[in-house]
Amino acid sequence: MARLERVERSVSVKTAGRRHFVSGAMIGVTYLCAVLATLPLLIILWHLIAKGASSISLAFFTHMPRPVGEQGGGMANAIVGTLILIGVASAIGLPVGIGAGLYLAEKKTTPLAQTVRFLADVLNGLPSIVMGIFAWQVLVRPIGHFSALAGGVALGAMMIPLVTRTTEEMLLVVPTSLREAALALGYPKWRTSISVVLRTALAGIVTGALVAVARIAGETAPLLFTALGNQFWSTSIREPIAALPLQIFTYATNAYEELHKLAWAGALVLISIVLVISLAARLATRSRFGAPVD
Amino acid sequence: MLQSTEVFREKPPRLVTPVVQLRASEPIASREATKPCIVANYLSAFFGKTAAVKDVSISIPQNAVTAIIGPSGCGKSTLLRCFNRMHETVPDARVEGDVEILGSSIYGDGSSPIAVRRHVGMVFQRPTPFPTMSIRANVAAGLRVDAKSHATRGATSEIVEEALQRAGLWAEVKDQLDESAMALSGGQQQRLCIARALATRPRVILLDEPTASLDPLSTQKVEELVYDLRKTVTVVIVTHNMQQAARVSDGTAFLLMGELVEFASTRQLFTAPRDPRTESYITGRFG
Amino acid sequence: MTSLPVDWLEKDRRELRVDASAFSDKLYETLTAACALAVPALVIAIALAIFAAAWPAFSKLGLSIITTSDWDVAGGHFGAAPALFGTLVSSAVALIIATPLAIGIAIFLSEFSPLWLRQPVGFLVDLLAAIPSVVYGLWGIFVLIPLLRTYVMPFLRDTLHLGATPFFTGPAYGPSMLAAGVILAIMALPYISSVSREVLMAVPRSQREAALALGATRWEMIRDAVIPYAKSGIIGGIMLGLGRALGETMAVTMVIGNRAEISASLFAPGYTMASLIANEFSEATNDLHLSALMAVGAILFVITLIINAIARWLVWSVSKGRSA
Repeated sequence: MARLERVERSVSVKTAGRRHFVSGAMIGVTYLCAVLATLPLLIILWHLIAKGASSISLAFFTHMPRPVGEQGGGMANAIVGTLILIGVASAIGLPVGIGAGLYLAEKKTTPLAQTVRFLADVLNGLPSIVMGIFAWQVLVRPIGHFSALAGGVALGAMMIPLVTRTTEEMLLVVPTSLREAALALGYPKWRTSISVVLRTALAGIVTGALVAVARIAGETAPLLFTALGNQFWSTSIREPIAALPLQIFTYATNAYEELHKLAWAGALVLISIVLVISLAARLATRSRFGAPVD
Repeated sequence: MLQSTEVFREKPPRLVTPVVQLRASEPIASREATKPCIVANYLSAFFGKTAAVKDVSISIPQNAVTAIIGPSGCGKSTLLRCFNRMHETVPDARVEGDVEILGSSIYGDGSSPIAVRRHVGMVFQRPTPFPTMSIRANVAAGLRVDAKSHATRGATSEIVEEALQRAGLWAEVKDQLDESAMALSGGQQQRLCIARALATRPRVILLDEPTASLDPLSTQKVEELVYDLRKTVTVVIVTHNMQQAARVSDGTAFLLMGELVEFASTRQLFTAPRDPRTESYITGRFG
Repeated sequence: MTSLPVDWLEKDRRELRVDASAFSDKLYETLTAACALAVPALVIAIALAIFAAAWPAFSKLGLSIITTSDWDVAGGHFGAAPALFGTLVSSAVALIIATPLAIGIAIFLSEFSPLWLRQPVGFLVDLLAAIPSVVYGLWGIFVLIPLLRTYVMPFLRDTLHLGATPFFTGPAYGPSMLAAGVILAIMALPYISSVSREVLMAVPRSQREAALALGATRWEMIRDAVIPYAKSGIIGGIMLGLGRALGETMAVTMVIGNRAEISASLFAPGYTMASLIANEFSEATNDLHLSALMAVGAILFVITLIINAIARWLVWSVSKGRSA
């Protein structure tokens, strides 16, 4: 009620005309904010396309980096490296994340479930470089050398909380009547959860998984001291491996103009993938059950 | 001036007969009505500390349609769900007392809810086809639980057809068996759920307000098929619609606040109810 | 229709191997619980690993890690105060820039925006969170820094005469605390905006209508009835953005100049804890150096953990209140 008293006070103190002017002005300010907030994305995209599109060619995807000073070259090793890292990360992040999501959707509000949910969000917010030094401490230091495996594990650990939350959300959308129908048919509990509930929510869960993949595909910091980067072609998970974001970083901070162009191209490729997945995910979850989710 | 009690000293005129249309009942001797299918003994069902069903003892005959009626919240759905051990799937729910189906106690030591549910089919208020499966897969969904006895694909197809025929849906969907079940209308989906429940050839089918969300035409189709099913299955139907109970059932039980007030043949319950509470309910004094 | 044997239940039990399904149920529960427990296990593992590695530095150097400024690898002195300073200041600048914008667009989307515009614009703002850090850094180096150097910094220093204050002095090379603050602002914006938008939309209609019925203008309704109701959620959103800004590595490293100095001016290059680790980790020579870097990582871990926990609690308590 104190708030409404404030309203009453402000209503009586100023004149009506001035108040309406202020109101209109503030509304205008919020419109301005809207414009300003949407600008950065458009500006960045514009620059990426302007500076990077010209360097994108088949060679970009299929050629290895050339020694500095030479024309051409591509990021084939980085692209393949990113794919391998995503593979390792998904092998860890997806099963654990989906399993945890199943648990949370079923146990709902038990103290353990609430703790797990809380910690998943906390884990989500950890700096990615902290993940990197953790993976280094556990998988690089004892072994003695950098590896794609360590990078994949760092990324996989980052995937777990992401996949857990989206899986839980998608599972909760499935109506309980479906679960009951399955139980009434004589399905054991595990079968109900997997063959009916999980299966019904699968499209949404896959979408959430893709979004998580898109997010970690762009991460650089966790890879700095795990996968390290590799200027040669390598597909072994026991060796350092190149990755697209790492390569972009290396080229961007390099002195040579040629490499800058490749960095822009790499960034354009990276962001295209991320944007396409984000847009697809948004559209998919919007028309899920016929109504907008927002 | 009349005292309030004097106003009702005379019994009010009977408004019973015009309210419901009764079906001409078949003579009792032509049915095996004597053998009970479901027998509940002092059955109570609890949600936490609250009792939704209190000490109900009832004997439901075989191969007949038995309706359970009563006002909202009287426990009729809960009672129904005790018959296939679905009540206990709710957290903090428990059952006291016993239920026997065809002579076997379903709550006895070591009995498994899964086995019970395999032989007792259930259809819910809202149609619940599995959205990611085709019509054929939906109907066969209950079969998958017991892979041993329905192994071959051919046998499955036969069973699917038989179930859809019994549910009165075969003619409408026989050419689109592999399409998604969600493409069907509400009434068709509900009949699909009935087919799904029938596919395992249960001896008992429990229907929990099956036509509550259907349009009148679909409701009529479902009622007709329920009436036909009694030749081969025991049907227990919960309904808040008294006219439906009168149209479809052979025997009707009236539940009020968790207690079984009266159970009699439909004709008797609706024309000459013994308990005043039953009479009040069916004449619409409360609902 | 085969008639059932009297003890049909018992026969079914055996045939169905119903006990086997009890085992499968248990297996399923155990597996999913194990997956769920992986989350707290991971948090604990991270804390243990990092603190174990940082312990030598903590025990030898103690608080001097964050109180002294001398980062001398050869001499064994590791004072990361400039990095801590830089982390805090760059995040503060980011919040000062991002918060009004984020709340502004949140208000726009929840109150004034035409319905058809709401989804697309909201989506565009949320997309900012999807852009990888290194892409921000790339854009920062080649677009933002030249822009700042050529136009914005001289404008601030000379045209607005802000050069008279200690905050906008010094040569405008480009890589600076200001550049880091701007980039971090763009990166934190979607987090603040998204949470604020949600809590604003959750304010019940009755609140709004009561204010309007008293004669408030639309702005007054928002200022006095809607925002106070959503206050703790908005603060939670700000803290979420803060948490992101504190831990950002790549974009900041690429635009901040990486100079370990404490300076009042936003034009001066600086350092953050995350960039410190990023720059030196792979070349760490001796064990103490490594341990010191780990110690910096541990401090960063604790700070972001606390901020994120508070943010989460604030947002969660608002949404809980909403459903109550």
